[in-house]
Amino acid sequence: MTTILKASDLGISFGGLKAVSGFNLTLETNDLVGLIGPNGAGKTTVFNLLTGVYQPTEGAIELEGHSIMGKTPHHLVKLGIARTFQNIRLFKEITVLDNVKIAFDHQMKTSLLSSMFRLPGFWKEEKSIETKAIELLKVFNLEKYRYYSAGNLPYGQQRKLEIARALATDPKVLLLDEPAAGMNHTETHELMDTIRFIRDRFNIAILLIEHDMQLVTGICEKITVLDYGKIIAHGLPQEVINNPNVIRVYLGDDD
Amino acid sequence: MEFIQQVINGLQLGSIYALVALGYTMVYGIIKLINFAHGEIIMVGAYIALTSVSFLVQMGLPIWLCVFVAVVFCAILGILTERIAYRPLRNSPRLTSLITAIGISFLLQNAFMLIYSPTPKPFPKMVTAAPITVGSLQISMSALLTIVISIVIMLVLQIFIQKNRLGKAMRAVSEDYGAAQLMGININHTISLTFAIGSGLAAVAAIFYCMSYPLVEYTMGTMLGLKAFVAAVLGGIGVIPGAMIGGLVLGIVESLTKAYISTQLADAVTFGVLIVVLIFRPAGIMGKNTKEKV
Repeated sequence: MTTILKASDLGISFGGLKAVSGFNLTLETNDLVGLIGPNGAGKTTVFNLLTGVYQPTEGAIELEGHSIMGKTPHHLVKLGIARTFQNIRLFKEITVLDNVKIAFDHQMKTSLLSSMFRLPGFWKEEKSIETKAIELLKVFNLEKYRYYSAGNLPYGQQRKLEIARALATDPKVLLLDEPAAGMNHTETHELMDTIRFIRDRFNIAILLIEHDMQLVTGICEKITVLDYGKIIAHGLPQEVINNPNVIRVYLGDDD
Repeated sequence: MEFIQQVINGLQLGSIYALVALGYTMVYGIIKLINFAHGEIIMVGAYIALTSVSFLVQMGLPIWLCVFVAVVFCAILGILTERIAYRPLRNSPRLTSLITAIGISFLLQNAFMLIYSPTPKPFPKMVTAAPITVGSLQISMSALLTIVISIVIMLVLQIFIQKNRLGKAMRAVSEDYGAAQLMGININHTISLTFAIGSGLAAVAAIFYCMSYPLVEYTMGTMLGLKAFVAAVLGGIGVIPGAMIGGLVLGIVESLTKAYISTQLADAVTFGVLIVVLIFRPAGIMGKNTKEKV
């Protein structure tokens, strides 16, 4: 087990409001960690900090031992951090296959010149990307939709495609923002299997935000609970859901 | 025959509008900015081509090479205006960048007036070949070149946008730049590339324009830019094939109006066409009907 992503004392303020403070997290290879908390607890803010969309005002983030502070999101993707979104953000007008290819493309080695003038190296890489993209779609059972515009897929398939697209960037860490949002019971179960499967197949660390407690306790090995931007509990699923602080946050005080 | 002749004239003018309209529509598609300085790029292209012609003649090189000089210069100018004027405003209200674009437009106009003086300058004849005669139809070589080269450029551009990874990155950024960034796409590079292509096309348009109206002056970009903007809106702003179709439609309408209705009414009719199309198809000919979100 090697540490991949490490956030220490991470915090961000918007004006006077501390959205997140003192956030600590360590992700190792093959970890599957859940990040839960009531609405507005700062879960998505944590994702935005880890992916470089927001710059933290305090603390540090390290990826494989190197600081990644101040790096732009597209740079972080190249270093191995990928994510999906709470509200699906596929390129809806572009085909399913191209959605995945775009993500693969920008890991390519070929230069601007060779892709503009279509040098031999370009064709070779283009071919291998096509193959890789289709393989990835097969993992998610999406290859039959490959020429559909992404926006025309059924909702559940769009969620899967978003995960496939994130995986195409060849991540070391995958952040899933409410992957089961809007899914029914069966779809959620299917998704749980998929998440477990990709963790094992691609050997990556996964951090997921989720409201569906069944999903979180069902697949996460560790859970971190946020409330008002602070960690109030961290540990094994059973410990966390029996933690009085967590119960209070979710169900309110007894009195 | 007279009618076909007019349609060919219209296609020639329309190709020029289309090339310029592409610049408006691509920039709008990617950063939702109506780049009112785009018309001035045509003027800059024309002046740069004119200046480079005298150098090329001195060096004994063919004068059509001025196209490349103008394209490269305008592409760099396009990248620089985005970098200096629009990028710092990317997250500010859209009106701010719009006003900035108008400011850049004045800046360029006046700078070139200072450099080259307000007197219009003649543009040397680039095409000397005799017109082609088909039956009673006479097609000038410059018309033929304008139409054919424009169509080739548009096809190449369309393939680039659809197939090339940089073209796909442009489409991805225009749909959702946040998500594009998280797919590893460098949005700053992609936006720079868009400005470079748009401005390069404007430079090509400038030279085609000077082939049929061989006078270069510092205000020449204003009306041409405005018409091309109308073409982009007519076709559906943000939609690349729309700009091409809008440009050609506008050119043909203008040329037919001049021939059969009145030369003086030509502009009124072109803008009238815009109004009528927008009443029935508010998003333009090829525009997507986006539903108003409540």
